[in-house]
Amino acid sequence: MSAPAEPLTPMLLVRDISVSFSSARGGRILAVDGVSLSLRAGEAVGLVGESGCGKTTVARTIAGLITPDSGEIELDGEPLTRRSRAMRRAIQLVFQDPYASLNPRRTVRSVLRELLRLHALAEGADVERRCAELMSLVGLPATALDRRPAAFSGGQRQRVAIARAIAVEPRLIVADEPVSALDVSVAATILSLFERLRSELDLGLLLISHNLAVVAAICDRVAVMYLGRVVESGPRAAVFEDPRHPYTRALLDAAPRLRPEIAEGPRLRDEAPPAGARPSGCAFHDRCPRVEEICRHESPELRAVDGQPQRTAACHFSHERHTGGRAR
Amino acid sequence: MTAPALEVHDLALSIGDRHRRSRVVDGVSFAVAGGHSLGIVGESGCGKSLTLRGVMALAPAAVRIDSGTVTLGGEELPLRGRHARAARRGRIAMIFQDPLSALDPVHSAGAQVAEVARRVGGRSPRAAWERAIELLELVGIREASRRARDFPHQLSGGMRQRVMIAMALASEPAVLLCDEPTTALDVTVQAQVLDLLDSLRAELRLALVFVSHDLAVVRGICEQVIVMYAGRFVETGPTAALLEHPRHPYTLGLRQAVVDVDDAGRTPRSIPGELPEPGRLPSGCPFHPRCVYADDACTHGTVELESHAEDGRTVACLHSDLVPAP
Repeated sequence: MSAPAEPLTPMLLVRDISVSFSSARGGRILAVDGVSLSLRAGEAVGLVGESGCGKTTVARTIAGLITPDSGEIELDGEPLTRRSRAMRRAIQLVFQDPYASLNPRRTVRSVLRELLRLHALAEGADVERRCAELMSLVGLPATALDRRPAAFSGGQRQRVAIARAIAVEPRLIVADEPVSALDVSVAATILSLFERLRSELDLGLLLISHNLAVVAAICDRVAVMYLGRVVESGPRAAVFEDPRHPYTRALLDAAPRLRPEIAEGPRLRDEAPPAGARPSGCAFHDRCPRVEEICRHESPELRAVDGQPQRTAACHFSHERHTGGRAR
Repeated sequence: MTAPALEVHDLALSIGDRHRRSRVVDGVSFAVAGGHSLGIVGESGCGKSLTLRGVMALAPAAVRIDSGTVTLGGEELPLRGRHARAARRGRIAMIFQDPLSALDPVHSAGAQVAEVARRVGGRSPRAAWERAIELLELVGIREASRRARDFPHQLSGGMRQRVMIAMALASEPAVLLCDEPTTALDVTVQAQVLDLLDSLRAELRLALVFVSHDLAVVRGICEQVIVMYAGRFVETGPTAALLEHPRHPYTLGLRQAVVDVDDAGRTPRSIPGELPEPGRLPSGCPFHPRCVYADDACTHGTVELESHAEDGRTVACLHSDLVPAP
């Protein structure tokens, strides 16, 4: 059996990054603890976990808004430590709240014009042509160019934010909870927009969400984070059909679902502890239904599942199947 | 058949001025019995939250009540005026999407629950505090007597939502109205809060009305569901049957827009177009400009909610027989 040939270097390579913040009580809090990820051109990868698991910090570090304490990030084999303007352009962020990320005083046209000129992407008549093209790419009418953010609905505003991100012709979009503030029907339009842009522009997409169902809809691969670390990763189908970390199982069981015949598993108790209060051993042990003595004092390594290099899990029992309550 | 705890008949609300009024809730009727649950689903702006606020006499000042009756345990309540709030106290309570806006930042969680228990139950301050601790335990807050002294900003989003539920319960209501109470929460915490509401409904025999934009969330907690579009009910029925085979094209659209872990790899399909603005309702069926089944007949006249008595479902669509199973 031969796997399809993969390029040796992925487009984005995140190797063992750690990020800490100073805490209000003094000392440092480790928000991200040795996270590694990779993403190929045109690929969509989902990063999932509860509030406070460090997924947003990972996103902001990749986008260059935070400098990691250690670890490397490479884009097309080039380290991102010294960011040129071209490199900053290559990775664009889209946020949850389009209200907060758009300047209320400026029209869409003036924002796009400035970006196109600043990055020398278009001049003269091409600027206006490109502005119109961007509107059609994100599914907005050309008349939207002369409106300000207040004139748009939440979904339209998210389209404007996406137009702004793709205006600079990036290689990778990092979208942090882009649909969690939106109605389901509007969320659906934004997810299918990402899907379309990815194939039309060969864009990489790192989609961050607390909801596995959102990631399930459009991502090829999934990484699950818990308290600053990746606890499971792999191709979407494998992770969803046969999760090997009890936390992934629990996230699947918590997702609202349409079909009543699929029974739900036991609920995850409580909420994740804050990053500064990491439990000993496996950080998940105090909420885990599969906990044993070893979990309380020995932290499991992230390792290949069943010898498949593209699947990893950090659980002492990752060789078992966690069927939970999802038996049909 | 138990008598409904809450009965709403022909509730109509409008906005605008003397010269031009626009209906935002257009004559809706529903009922829910103690120990039962009803969901109201639709896109932002369809009138679902406003319906709850109208029932609660909490509609914004700009909204006028054109008609309707709200009956609680057989007694009709005033829809407006000085006595509207007092008539609801201790009988019907409401929780909201954002608990921070409903909680007072300068009082501890326990004090706010105790205040309601004191005012509604006529308890002494000491008895009210004890009742508050009991309620915080009931809503699943561990070490409740310690956490009761925390202020809202010291609590996580899920805990704040639990405190708001405890405050609502402190007034010992028969009816609990829930306006998207889990939309801002993580899926794991959402699942916990939904379980909590479901067990409270059963244990306290509460009549639960739950508003959401997400059919999958409503599926987990409501036996009956109403789909609302442009201020009107367009389909009603038992949740499982309605999801299995929607009869209104809008219900089908909402269902196909939901992302579902059981359908990994399926990009959700959106409903083309947008909800019409109040005052710019299209003629005929208000959904016809967005509907793939619409024909000439849909563009004029009114499309009434028709009952299918044999299975407890109603639908307002001329072509409901064309709507395929998803």
